[in-house]
Amino acid sequence: MLLDHYKTEDFFDEMFTEEGGVRPHYQKIADRFRILDSAEHRRKQTAVDLAFMRSGVTFTVYNDDQGTERIFPFDLVPRVIPNNEWEIMEKGLIQRITALNLFLHDIYHEQKILKDRIIPPHYILGAKHFRREFMGFNVPKDIYIHICGTDLIRDRQGDYLVLEDNLRCPSGASYMLENRAALKRAFPDLYRSARVQQVDSYGAELRKVLQYVSPPSLGETIQPNVVLLTPGVFNSAYFEHAFLARQMGIPIVEGRDLVVRDARVYMRTTSGLVPVDVIYRRIDDDFLDPTIFRPDSLLGVPGLVNAYRSGNVSLANSIGTGVADDKVVYYFVPKIIKYYLGEEPILRNVDTFLASESEDRSYILENMEKLVVKSANEAGGYGMLMGPWASKKEVDSFREQVRANPRNFIAQHPISLSRHPTWCEEGLEGRHVDLRPYILYGEKITVTPGGLTRVALRKGSLVVNSSQGGGSKDTWVLNGDS
Amino acid sequence: MNELFQGQKPISTRRDHMVMLSRVANSLYWMSRYIERSENVARLLDVNLQLMLDFADFNDQQLKEHWLPILCSAGDEETFFKLYERADSESVTEFLTFREENPNSIISCLFTARENARQVRDQISLEMFEAINECYLFLKSKNAQEVWKFGAHEFFEQIKKYSHLFQGLTDSTFLRTEGYEFINLGKFLERADKTTRILDLKYHILLPSISDVGGAVDAAQWQAILRSASALEAYRRFHVEDIIPNKVAEFLIFSTTFPRSIRYCLQRLDSELHRLSGKERREYRSQEERNFGKLLSDLNFLTIQEILNSGLHQFLQGVQKTLDQLDDHIYQEFMYHPPVDAEAEIFLQQQQMQQQQS
Repeated sequence: MLLDHYKTEDFFDEMFTEEGGVRPHYQKIADRFRILDSAEHRRKQTAVDLAFMRSGVTFTVYNDDQGTERIFPFDLVPRVIPNNEWEIMEKGLIQRITALNLFLHDIYHEQKILKDRIIPPHYILGAKHFRREFMGFNVPKDIYIHICGTDLIRDRQGDYLVLEDNLRCPSGASYMLENRAALKRAFPDLYRSARVQQVDSYGAELRKVLQYVSPPSLGETIQPNVVLLTPGVFNSAYFEHAFLARQMGIPIVEGRDLVVRDARVYMRTTSGLVPVDVIYRRIDDDFLDPTIFRPDSLLGVPGLVNAYRSGNVSLANSIGTGVADDKVVYYFVPKIIKYYLGEEPILRNVDTFLASESEDRSYILENMEKLVVKSANEAGGYGMLMGPWASKKEVDSFREQVRANPRNFIAQHPISLSRHPTWCEEGLEGRHVDLRPYILYGEKITVTPGGLTRVALRKGSLVVNSSQGGGSKDTWVLNGDS
Repeated sequence: MNELFQGQKPISTRRDHMVMLSRVANSLYWMSRYIERSENVARLLDVNLQLMLDFADFNDQQLKEHWLPILCSAGDEETFFKLYERADSESVTEFLTFREENPNSIISCLFTARENARQVRDQISLEMFEAINECYLFLKSKNAQEVWKFGAHEFFEQIKKYSHLFQGLTDSTFLRTEGYEFINLGKFLERADKTTRILDLKYHILLPSISDVGGAVDAAQWQAILRSASALEAYRRFHVEDIIPNKVAEFLIFSTTFPRSIRYCLQRLDSELHRLSGKERREYRSQEERNFGKLLSDLNFLTIQEILNSGLHQFLQGVQKTLDQLDDHIYQEFMYHPPVDAEAEIFLQQQQMQQQQS
């Protein structure tokens, strides 16, 4: 009933073909939602929302006086990926993180890629998140990116493209897990009959990664003390921090719980100071240590970086990974893959113009109304111009900014993201989605099947970020192809 | 060893996953104290509002004499009179229930308890968090206001149920580790303190200036004391005769089986303290612990008559003082770490780094 008037319009739709037929891997879901009436749907939705609210699956909204905790809107129609598609994605993601990790090692050591002129050196050496002071520093097991959340989108043809790599503190994995739990409760029979690959092992895998990269000086036999470092209970992602700590059975600590003595990190416990060996930090580089980075930061721990540099504590992710998710460096990732692995990239980039290249810049400045312009180092949908939807004033402002500081901008043609049937006021309508799979890099590289599907709930909107009206869906990778 | 270690606690090499942050111990303790406190305030108000139904002809002065001690035992008199002119059923009840200006109002207690629970979200069970969070959402919702309008009794019942639910879930889902001891310390310390205050109400109410001693008012009020400590039925099982003041006091102070008596709470505190310190029974580490042990001995050997002879009020105040000292001791021993002077710390760390590099 809910799908009777569904229109795919001029987009790639995840569930329906252009001719209006149901894609085979969505058949069971389409059947189930055809017999679901809106009263039943509302009941299920209310139950799910209440459960999220009750168990505190919320994020904190800033610039909002009251009720600062909100649930991340969850849409009940799951997004489905057949196994054959997933296998390609998984290979592509592993290829990408492998290359980016080699790239990080290289630019903090020999810088061969710069010497071979694959990337003009000034892009790297001048990058906001390049940490010159870590040149020559060796990280445990040579792993820089332990946790990665890569944003994938599909274009009008349905081809998967990488939109950005999040190599610092990607968030959202907790929603992937909570969404799955919620959907299993809401549609137990449908879930069982669909034969979906599990995501539950994420916490255990993450813990293994963190233990694997413990400081070599600790030796192989001692179980390291692993902690999760959070900015605190007022951080918008605090729920996720607490959730992941619980999944892993490790303590969650704030900067004030830690103290550094003789280049070793300790936590302040009821039995005195207890050593800390591995820190899964959910604080950006800049805030880790007021001695080194921002002296005004109260979130970090004085002396932490020195302890890290002395090899007495491991950080995940390593310091300095941000240089590899600079959007200008993103432009070079296909070349990075080819350079280090000698392979063609399995997952394509979105075609990108660099404002600091004069030819590209002229193109950007002339066509700004048609382009999406992005700051090189912003995330969360901020610092972005959506040319076709922007006012003249906004376009002019960006034009000025690009002229003044071209290194900080890139531009892309807007991609009409794929759409997915999503519950709206009037029943099911198409809404744009992306996908953030989570990749863990320890003894081996694992990609949790699926990830977080984010959906732009506002009609026509392409912005999926939770801070800007986005919601999410459970993401099913099937054991088979239909 | 360098100067940075001065004043710091000793270094341990524990890597057994059971270590507990001092901040966490502090939060668990206060989460538990505040939940117990909210329940006691709810019970106290519920009982006294019902009691007032039988004394509808009280004049302003009598109302004040009734409510003022309750106000003093559960809240802050000074803050109250900044907000209200008269101490009567309505104002005192509102102040002790909904006013966020009062840090010990039910709503403040439960908001603080929930904030503490959020701080230790990774340490407590999901069930415990859900219980306290549900309570928080209830208090924040319009629903709470409606229930209040519909009847204060139903509202207080709900508050008590949340506390019982939380404590029950703690018993059935929380690990028996150090954290459990801090939760119990908070609970029994608060409960013992509240029982002294409930009993002390009688001392205020029974000032010689008030007539009617031994009359209908008196009997009803002693009964209210028992109900405020959730002890009426328990008392009746022990004493089939009428409610006799010194028996009530004896029961609330000395019972070894009633879980809200002062002695029972102190016995539980004693075993939690020993579990934490790892010391043998009757071995105490500090002056505060010894004072506490002494009080427990007093309770084992004193009689109610001796207490009444030397003054019930003085005795109860003595208990409160010992509990305060114990609270401070727990803080110093397990939760306090010398504060870090950020600037000095940054300076010293930079120095140390340079020494290493040179």
